[in-house]
Amino acid sequence: MLGNAAIAQGAYEAGVKVSAAYPGTPSTEISEYIAKYPEIYAEWSPNEKVAMEVAIGASIAGVRAMASMKLVGVNVASDPLYSIAYAGVNGGLVLVAADDPGIYSSQNEQDTRMVARAAMVPVLEPSDSEEARVFTKLAFQYSETYDTPVIVRTTTRLSHSQGVVHPEERTEIPDKPYVRNIEKNVLMPANARKRHVVVEQRMKQMAEDACAFDINRVEFRDKSIGVITSGIPYQYVREALPDASVLKLGLVHPLPKKLIQEFAAQVDTLYIVEELEPVIEEQVRSWGIPCIGKEIFTVQGEYSANLLRRAILRQEITLETPAQIPQRPPILCPGCPHRSVFSVLKKLKLHGAGDIGCYTLGAVAPLNVLDFNVCMGASISTLHGMEKAKGKEYVQNWVALIGDSTFLHTGVNSLMNMVYNKATGTVLILDNSTTGMTGHQDHAATGKTLQGETTYAINIYHLCKAIGVEYVYEIDAFDIDNLEALLKQETKRDALSVIITKSPCALLKEFVPKGKCIIHADNCKKCGQCLTPGCPAMTKQENGVPKIDAAMCNGCQLCEKRCKFRAIELIPRGKGDKT
Amino acid sequence: METKNVMIVGVGGQGTLLTSRVLGAIALTGNYDVKLSEVHGMAQRGGSVVTFVRYGESVAEPIVEEGQADILIAFERLEALRYMHFLKPDGAVIVNDTRIDPMPVVTGAAKYPEGILETLRQGHRVFSIDATAEAQKLGNSRVFNTIILGMAAQHMGFSKEEWLRVIADTVPPKTVELNQMAFLTGYQHTRQTGEE
Ligand SMILES: Cc1ncc(C[n+]2csc(CCOP(=O)(O)OP(=O)(O)O)c2C)c(N)n1
Ligand code: SF4
Ligand code: SF4
Repeated sequence: MLGNAAIAQGAYEAGVKVSAAYPGTPSTEISEYIAKYPEIYAEWSPNEKVAMEVAIGASIAGVRAMASMKLVGVNVASDPLYSIAYAGVNGGLVLVAADDPGIYSSQNEQDTRMVARAAMVPVLEPSDSEEARVFTKLAFQYSETYDTPVIVRTTTRLSHSQGVVHPEERTEIPDKPYVRNIEKNVLMPANARKRHVVVEQRMKQMAEDACAFDINRVEFRDKSIGVITSGIPYQYVREALPDASVLKLGLVHPLPKKLIQEFAAQVDTLYIVEELEPVIEEQVRSWGIPCIGKEIFTVQGEYSANLLRRAILRQEITLETPAQIPQRPPILCPGCPHRSVFSVLKKLKLHGAGDIGCYTLGAVAPLNVLDFNVCMGASISTLHGMEKAKGKEYVQNWVALIGDSTFLHTGVNSLMNMVYNKATGTVLILDNSTTGMTGHQDHAATGKTLQGETTYAINIYHLCKAIGVEYVYEIDAFDIDNLEALLKQETKRDALSVIITKSPCALLKEFVPKGKCIIHADNCKKCGQCLTPGCPAMTKQENGVPKIDAAMCNGCQLCEKRCKFRAIELIPRGKGDKT
Repeated sequence: METKNVMIVGVGGQGTLLTSRVLGAIALTGNYDVKLSEVHGMAQRGGSVVTFVRYGESVAEPIVEEGQADILIAFERLEALRYMHFLKPDGAVIVNDTRIDPMPVVTGAAKYPEGILETLRQGHRVFSIDATAEAQKLGNSRVFNTIILGMAAQHMGFSKEEWLRVIADTVPPKTVELNQMAFLTGYQHTRQTGEE
């Protein structure tokens, strides 16, 4: 079972009734699996802060509730998280946070354990799929016992690995009665001051109890080497150091001080093996316990058994050197609507204030249209900041580039700010009717819920109008001539405008290609114009004539439109064609 | 049994995940401990993707490290070359003899290497097939990965019947027969590349 499926299974077994999330690799599949259990109400929320608050509301109402998100999502949700840590819970409340050591699909490599320490929230860290199931379930129990939200921390490697799991039955947990208690639940300064004391006590108590938790497990073998570790790195330790003694922590915050002291006293050399930040190590050192950690291990990327063999056993491992060959970076799909829009921006030499999504791939060759990105929603606000810094003229060469899902996530606030503070910039909403980058999840403007049920679809055009943008346009992403004219007009306009380019993502199930394009070599003048947008279905042959891979082409006709010599033609899709 | 280490590499979107799930399922029929590590997210947009499958008495880490792979299954030539150093000295490479240009090659910033199969053959057993062409003969170019899987099956020690059953349980119901045919096409292709 996939680690993320096991987390969903654990939540199911724990009797969870409400789950809310916003997609983000590597956490996305948790919700997709949870959606399959009819006993659980599960939703995509527009962003992580909302998801967290939905789960908090459910907990206040007395049921077990869960929110899940990726590492940077935790930043968005941290405001409610820090506060609910003070108030505590009614029904068990769990936040699943998925970190990404090695940065497979994120903007950074932050360590959620640091957030948890700052927010004073306990953290459980499973090391395989079965533990993912068991720990998630246990997290709800701890949450209720210690009156605190609990974080289950996973990483890309765990979330996307499969291992053997032994599922159990669901336990139906009776709803807790709701009792009004403003001293606990209303965080005015006078109450919050008292709650801070409670939070400190609770963490202290849990740290003491944790010395006896089964999930903090000592495995004594040869005592010359002792290792404290947790999560996926535990597996690397088992692989590389099968004879070493190990203290495997299931609860990584708060730490079981006494247990660690005892373990340290019994081994000759103590190593702390943890990916990313020295969170365990720094605490262990602060207690005066000698140990070896980040002086021999990196704070970057994923670990491996070989990394431990080299660092701890000082083994020379000679390996074949990797072949020196071209990289294969991710690219926009054949027929992707973003490519069409970017081909126009490129022609007009416009710079893009970027955002997070598939369209981020427009930053690199051959499109080179996106100049920077920061975090979700930031394209619009950064463009605004540029204008306020350098004036209207300056941003006439710029547009903000944001996806539909990202716009609803946090972009709309930034657009309100542009309206309010009299901005004149041009915002492009690349509406492909899905959350593409994370694997095509629905959102508030697609008209479908997480379970695929029909629901109201927010109309982005009317939304922009409603908040006061006067110039709002909707245009087909492949209508490149009109898009070009519109962009020329709106970037010069002395007023804020929004252009919504609307065409479905080519990977959507509902997407039906119009056919496939072919090349008439006789007409081809080998100008290479069709190749400039960089469609991966096209290659240039030795003789200079391009070739289209029929299996890959999605018939978007972008190449056809760019050919002045009618050398490219769409062969419409016949009835019954599948591929 | 010593843990068996298998890697599946390819280009994002080629369907490495389905193949790895069949491998995971077959290993479970042998009552082995199984771990599988997949790539989701960004790289699935046409990037280089790798999946690890490990099975044996007891498997700890879910990844295969450099120099440890028994079998490297590559859905594309360049990707076989990229991960070649993960193979054990006597390891087997099953490679789809097809070429997909990465963007640096398309833009002219880099050249697609020549003679990849020959390079792979230095020190490894290579089994190659133009699975895409074979799949087209079967009427659906998408089942090329099941043909490759059939070739790999020769090196993994489960019976043909078990494979066919697991395929029937794993692939979409409508495509069972097609996938089984594709599997057999690969299974019968046992000749090592470079040996006549
Ligand atoms: C705070 C935060 N949450 C989630 C993500 C994960 N993520 C990356 S891109 C993206 C959304 C992409 O959807 P959209 O804006 O519609 O663009 P598309 O990929 O469809 O082009 C998400 C959710 C993130 N990077 N940051
Ligand atoms: S998944 Fe959709 S939005 Fe993303 S690159 Fe592919 S076609 Fe474009
Ligand atoms: S080959 Fe042309 S028509 Fe086909 S997907 Fe690429 S750009 Fe679109």
